[in-house]
Amino acid sequence: MVEVSGVTKVYPGEPPVTALRDVSFKIYPGELVGIVGPSGSGKTTMLHLMGTLDQPTSGRVIIDGHDASVLPDRQLSALRAGRVGFVFQQFFLAEHQCVIDNVADGMLYAGAPLKMRRSAAAGALTRVGLRDKLHVLPTKLSGGQRQRVAIARALVGRPSIVLADEPTGNLDSATGTSVLALLAELNASGATIVVITHDLHVASFTQRTIEILDGVIVRDAPSRS
Amino acid sequence: MNRALVPARLRVLDVMRLSSVGIRTRKLRAGLSALGIALGVGSIVAVLGLSASSQAGLLAEINKLGTNLLTVTNGQTIFGQAAELPITAPGMLGRIGPVTDVQYTGDVPGANAFKNPFIPSSNTNALTVAASSLGLPRVLGTSLASGVYLNAATATEPVAVLGAAAAQRLGVDRVFAGERIWVGNMWFYLAGVLKPAPLAPEIDASVLVGFQAAQKYLGFDGHPSEIYLRAATDQVSAVQAVLAATANPEQPSQVDVSQPSDALVAEADAKAALNSLFLGLGAVSLIVGAVGVANIMVISVLERRSEIGLRRALGATKGQVRLQFMAEALLLSLLGGALGVGAGAVSTAVYASTKGWQTVVPPLAWAGGFGAAIVIGAIAGLMPALRAARLSPTQALWSV
Repeated sequence: MVEVSGVTKVYPGEPPVTALRDVSFKIYPGELVGIVGPSGSGKTTMLHLMGTLDQPTSGRVIIDGHDASVLPDRQLSALRAGRVGFVFQQFFLAEHQCVIDNVADGMLYAGAPLKMRRSAAAGALTRVGLRDKLHVLPTKLSGGQRQRVAIARALVGRPSIVLADEPTGNLDSATGTSVLALLAELNASGATIVVITHDLHVASFTQRTIEILDGVIVRDAPSRS
Repeated sequence: MNRALVPARLRVLDVMRLSSVGIRTRKLRAGLSALGIALGVGSIVAVLGLSASSQAGLLAEINKLGTNLLTVTNGQTIFGQAAELPITAPGMLGRIGPVTDVQYTGDVPGANAFKNPFIPSSNTNALTVAASSLGLPRVLGTSLASGVYLNAATATEPVAVLGAAAAQRLGVDRVFAGERIWVGNMWFYLAGVLKPAPLAPEIDASVLVGFQAAQKYLGFDGHPSEIYLRAATDQVSAVQAVLAATANPEQPSQVDVSQPSDALVAEADAKAALNSLFLGLGAVSLIVGAVGVANIMVISVLERRSEIGLRRALGATKGQVRLQFMAEALLLSLLGGALGVGAGAVSTAVYASTKGWQTVVPPLAWAGGFGAAIVIGAIAGLMPALRAARLSPTQALWSV
């Protein structure tokens, strides 16, 4: 499903910064994986590379059989549109659009007509428990609800993989826990989810934890529970 | 699994929705930058519309006065002196088939008109004293502002009628019984004052007396100097061709023939030429509007980095981001353009109605206004859109 093999990422500059050093792992369909590390460990770079938002200096990132490290920008965009869903710490919701249209925009670049996008969005919002908030503006929602909207947007196109970047970073711990519980629940119903976080607490919700430190994987094992 | 990856095309409806995102979220700012375009387009449309309307008004006036008036005047001899028209000329011209009406005046040389005998003789007010036939107002398409015109009785007596400008210069605003002016060396009683005659402006500055009176009191020789005639409208050019030879068979070259409505049409065209200055001013404000739109779009791209990053993460290609911002700039200037065309047309209509003209907004004006708005939107939007598309998704997402 997602295969990272021998990936090194060096950011040019004086001196050059090596964010990741020869990292390899695989994520299989249906997994819920936590990538955990302190800030500066290279986990955000990992998210960029797995989400095809950036390309590795060397090594390969293969998503659904497509080698993202050799594809041109247009094809990477198409790959993201169809197969990768993102959840961000800051939610990134459009404030002037009601919840259902925010979620529907998750499929905008996949080419579905508006009607179809909206009905898929309604379905996704039902899955995250916001069925009664379809026509509310995001500004009227609590932080936890907003993150649920963002999760629905990531899921709406039924991507091969959902990448969640610090999904609980802007939430209090109780709300954060409920969001993690939601991700676990969605995983149980078939979604492949990678949660990238510095919060070791997340590990209690994932089946597998990859710990990164200074650009190297220091541990890749089933979560201790 | 290894299907080729082809980005989906955005639907037209989706592009339209995307293009209005910035405008819906920042209404005041979008409104102000559209206003810049609107002012430019509006002033261009108004300038073109007003000139077309005033031209239409002038042409309508000309049509009302009739284009079938022809003027025959005495020309010059080959030695450069004023030639004379034969006394028989009006009668001969009247016998041309399609000619329906002939009237004439004769300048009385050496005669001047004054309010009273105490005015210094050098203050002539540039007035002409002329003998006139009795149906002159009818053939010129004018009428009397007050009083009556010369008739068979008054034409033999010291009685005068004033042209519109002549009345003004002599300080006559109404005619009352016994009112007199000093013409030549004697009192002439005032019979009436004419309204302006646009087809024969020389009449406006004239003091008109009867032919017999002019001969009797002012030493006039009886030769007409201007002959005004109306011809059947479809025969005007044919009549014009034979006028000189008919008026003065011996010296046709000493006769000038003209069609006064031609001069007015030329005047209407000349008015349009003045517009280039105003059009230039409109173009300048249009450019200022374009700079405004470009400015707004640049700021918008900076402010909306995270939105751009999100869209890239959702799968938008560079081209789709570029398209969104281009479309937004185009929409802004189209809104401005529509507003401007509307405002220009309305101001034209309002001004034209106060002047009693027909409202004319030429297609060149509104099509050109829209066209200019589109071109300007494209130019103003291009650079910001390219910048938006060049943003790398990671930079865009994590710079906030």
